[in-house]
Amino acid sequence: MPMVSQSCGVLPRVDLQRLLDALSAEGYRVVGPTVREGSVVWETISSVSELPIGWRDQQEPGRYRLEQTGSQELFGVVHGPQSLKPFVFAPREPLLQITRRQDGFTTSPTLPQPERVAVIGARACDLAGLVIQDRIFMNETYRDPYYATRREGLFVIAVNCTRALATCFCASMETGPRAQRGYDLAVTEVDEQLLVESGSEAGRDILSTILVPAASDELISAAASSIHACAQSQIRRLDHSRLPQALYEAHEHPRWDDVAGRCLACTNCTMVCPTCFCHTVEETPDLSHQHAAHARLWDSCFTQEHGYIHGKNIRPTIKDRYRMWLTHKLASWIDQFGTSGCVGCGRCITWCPVGIDVTEELSALLTPDVQPPLALQHKDGP
Amino acid sequence: MLDRQKGSGEQRRPRVAVFKFASCDGCQLSILNLEEDLLAVGEALDLAYFPEASSEMKPGPYDIALVEGSITTAEDARRILAVRQQAKVLITIGACATAGGIQALRNWADVEAFKQAVYPSPEYIQSLSTSTPISEHIHVDFELWGCPIDKNQLLRVITDLVVGVQPRLPGDSVCLECKRRGHVCVLVAKGIPCLGPVTRTGCGAICPGMGRDCYGCFGPSEGERKGPGLPPNTVSLATRFHRELQLIPVEVVRRFRGINGSVSPFRTESEAWEKKT
Repeated sequence: MPMVSQSCGVLPRVDLQRLLDALSAEGYRVVGPTVREGSVVWETISSVSELPIGWRDQQEPGRYRLEQTGSQELFGVVHGPQSLKPFVFAPREPLLQITRRQDGFTTSPTLPQPERVAVIGARACDLAGLVIQDRIFMNETYRDPYYATRREGLFVIAVNCTRALATCFCASMETGPRAQRGYDLAVTEVDEQLLVESGSEAGRDILSTILVPAASDELISAAASSIHACAQSQIRRLDHSRLPQALYEAHEHPRWDDVAGRCLACTNCTMVCPTCFCHTVEETPDLSHQHAAHARLWDSCFTQEHGYIHGKNIRPTIKDRYRMWLTHKLASWIDQFGTSGCVGCGRCITWCPVGIDVTEELSALLTPDVQPPLALQHKDGP
Repeated sequence: MLDRQKGSGEQRRPRVAVFKFASCDGCQLSILNLEEDLLAVGEALDLAYFPEASSEMKPGPYDIALVEGSITTAEDARRILAVRQQAKVLITIGACATAGGIQALRNWADVEAFKQAVYPSPEYIQSLSTSTPISEHIHVDFELWGCPIDKNQLLRVITDLVVGVQPRLPGDSVCLECKRRGHVCVLVAKGIPCLGPVTRTGCGAICPGMGRDCYGCFGPSEGERKGPGLPPNTVSLATRFHRELQLIPVEVVRRFRGINGSVSPFRTESEAWEKKT
């Protein structure tokens, strides 16, 4: 694990407002998790009181509930449906404005306005997802200017996890629960104290403006043991030791039919995934025939059109689409990008309306099928 | 679909007609609700026959016919044939015209008993025992879903036709739009039986955006199910409603038997659960 510069400070929980104020003074729009519609979503905040104080989330396959504990805990909610993805890979990004001319047409890029955004409350899994998205969109040869503009203004205050959800498996993916890289500041909430570590030049600068005292060895050690305990408490794990090859070999496994009977192809798993980057482009002409807007929208390998090429849909069935998603995410992603496409956040498990569990599916797919393949053809549907 | 007239000079504006069958007029109103785009629509199109908007009703033929409502009487079954003969391109607008509408609930009931219960002189009521979509009677060139339709989808289809390209609308689930808009999933976070995972997008995910469950007014995602193993997977969602969300079978029937209850696989799903009640 890469070590970050160890400038560790301590901030009493009640003093977090000083950090938010310092960020505002530096021109950042501060964004944090706020309670909405039974979960948390990112919103612009100006006060610590807007954070989900005292709330905790309980997550299980297909189910998310918040409960109020009555404590003063600031970061008791691990995460909501959104990762850091919407900040950099916008759900709907206008790309070009196209105007008809007598001899053809002209295009003008509609780049987003540069904006400094400080996000407080990102988790280690979210940062791992961000690093993967950077690799895709900030690739040296094909750098995406829209993503890059949003990414350059982003300041991330990570929160190290001291409580694991039933759906978490970041420890097995080696992405958490401690934020490893990509953050500007990292916070660990230990009782009434916040241990604050900087991970970048910008982070050190902000920390120096609020003059935090150095953290004691006891606090650093208490934070480390809380994070370690969080990793130990994770009940789910994903065994990727035989990937990618073992999943390629499972291409004809009957489990794909089983999961296809449950999967809704609704796209939720891909939408909440911190690394899924598929998108479509859309033209919106106006009635005058003189102008058209060209925009990029989040898309998913579970949609009908995603598999449509040259007059034929190559992935018509739900089985085709689920197999495509899981095989890319856990296997061919490794060949493509040198890393797994899964960061172990567990969002695809929680936000699946029918509670399909990626760890359980992989485990079944990597277990040799004992049934003779022919028996399947006589099996009734769900 | 429409031949775009090339060359310089004034283009002839497409002649558009709006026809009503068994319906509430809400989809026609979507045209008048185009607000800031209404003037541009008026300039781009010749609204030749649109009784809800103007008492000046010009005769056909028309380039585009927009048809609202389902077929519920013998007279309407004849009238729709005449509409088809007058129209180059015929588009159904809304759940009634495209799927039979809420009035298609009669397809599972006894219409004669309804007449006896409601009207003092039921012999004057001339009504078919079914409500059927326009496509069961004539060839339809394009279908707009929704109760009511989304005015921006209508504008998009008209724009495409005027420019001369085949209109395309997404068949994706409502979930995709919910997530793009940052709405929290009401099924997962509140445990309410949202039909979003099996319902076609296009509405802008209005209901989940207001914390309510989708009730399927845009019909099945990806349209009527064309074969086994294809979306939408109503079987899995209905099973979730029953087992985890504690809906009893008759509640599952009502979930799927709504505004688009006559369309497969919503129809087959409600009928399967009706056997369990």
